Amino acid sequence: MPLQSLDVIRRSATTLPEPQVRGAYTGQVSKLIDTTKCIGCKACQVACMEWNDLRDDIGTCTGHYDNPHDLSEDSWTLMRFAEYENPKGDLEWLIRKDGCMHCEDPGCLKACPSPGAIVQYANGIVDFQEENCIGCGYCVTGCPFDIPRISKKDKKAYKCTLCSDRVAVGLEPACVKACPTGAIVFGTKEDMKQHAAERVEDLKTRGFDQAGLYDPAGVSGTHVMYVLHHADQPGLYSGLPDKPHISHTVRLWKGVTKPLALFAIFATAAAGFLHYVGVGPNETDEGDEEAARRASEKAP
Amino acid sequence: MSARNDKHIVRYTPDVRINHWIVAISFVLLALSGLALFHPALFWLTNLFGGGPWTRILHPFIGCIMVAAFYLLGVKTWRDNYLQPHDWIWLRKFKDVVNNREENLPDVGRYNAGQKLLFFAIVACLIGLLLSGIVIWRIYFSAFFSIRVIRLASLLHAFCAFVLICAIITHIYAAIWVKGSIRAMTRGWVSPGWAWKHHRAWFREVTKGTPQK
Repeated sequence: MPLQSLDVIRRSATTLPEPQVRGAYTGQVSKLIDTTKCIGCKACQVACMEWNDLRDDIGTCTGHYDNPHDLSEDSWTLMRFAEYENPKGDLEWLIRKDGCMHCEDPGCLKACPSPGAIVQYANGIVDFQEENCIGCGYCVTGCPFDIPRISKKDKKAYKCTLCSDRVAVGLEPACVKACPTGAIVFGTKEDMKQHAAERVEDLKTRGFDQAGLYDPAGVSGTHVMYVLHHADQPGLYSGLPDKPHISHTVRLWKGVTKPLALFAIFATAAAGFLHYVGVGPNETDEGDEEAARRASEKAP
Repeated sequence: MSARNDKHIVRYTPDVRINHWIVAISFVLLALSGLALFHPALFWLTNLFGGGPWTRILHPFIGCIMVAAFYLLGVKTWRDNYLQPHDWIWLRKFKDVVNNREENLPDVGRYNAGQKLLFFAIVACLIGLLLSGIVIWRIYFSAFFSIRVIRLASLLHAFCAFVLICAIITHIYAAIWVKGSIRAMTRGWVSPGWAWKHHRAWFREVTKGTPQK
């Protein structure tokens, strides 16, 4: 367990609150990814695999710059390249560093059935504890961003940890450290929002009227945020969800259904018990046997 | 199945009994492992299966056994479970049923209307559980389905399992309530009085070969 284990504020499949006293009173953390400054060098991907000791298989070329072509248990972050022709007819190369968004209201944690397999620290980081993971894949079902991947080797779920081990000892995530253009920055969520506001203001003077910050309210905000040139159309950035939220189906499945169904099951059993006590069993007595004998004697 | 000796009436032949208990034991294992992953308060049930990952691994395979075994049982008993007009009268007299006033009820064949409804509830639930279970069987099949379908299947699986568990609790209670039923499914036979009291039309059939009034 990382050092922040003492500061776990939310834990999957746990019905009572976790210790809440140690809060993040100096501010929760956030990573800010400025897509407008990204040059697509993939240094963040390399830093991620180096720090976390991950080596994905060498893949095949699928005709675009994304390499590997999707996130996997060995690739926790990935530059996604999109070519967009703007209304003026100019080509824009929209590059987005994909990976876990570290939702304030995480769908993976809500869906997970294994106690403590997914935790959220007071600083906002959502982390998988693989030793508690049972490999069911419910986190994949719950995630609004399609991030977790189940390993083919051990059937456990993996994703970006926001370098919780580095952050715990006061370091910035590896991808932030490696970024040569300052497109990825890390700090308190408040500082990052302020920094983003300055960037957005700058972008607006450069003709990007719709520039803005991506910190979706549908999941109560995220601890990985984007500055987008076209914040009105997040879908342009390789399908970044417009209004992400935990699916209503998942909410229903993991919400009111659980206590109600359990109650109804116990109520059914209790009804049986009360019926037995109140009405009693339905028994066959000698009179029935006698009636049966007479009935079969009458038979031809 | 209509064999008869002096004292006993055969209700369930050995093949049906064995088949029934394969279904029953699989159901219990499935309910325990499924509930373990359904509600955090019951996660400790995974210990019965060797921990969380083993529970996740075993559950779908046991599910396949249950579906296959119930299929064989269902084929054997399907015809006896057709609902007849008198079954609706039986259902309308529900109060007499729960208060043990069988003299007020129409004559019952091999199965009563409650048993027939249970049969079709099991059929419907098992179809739902099988189809949704395939979709959420992550390591083999989930890759073939969209996230939307997987989410719906997760909910449907939980819903069908809930209905089935409640139905089977009712089924188990009915066996405890109507004395002689458990012996029928463990030893295979019932007394003539039992058959006459609870399944009179079936009693006439097996004692005479043809129903008569």
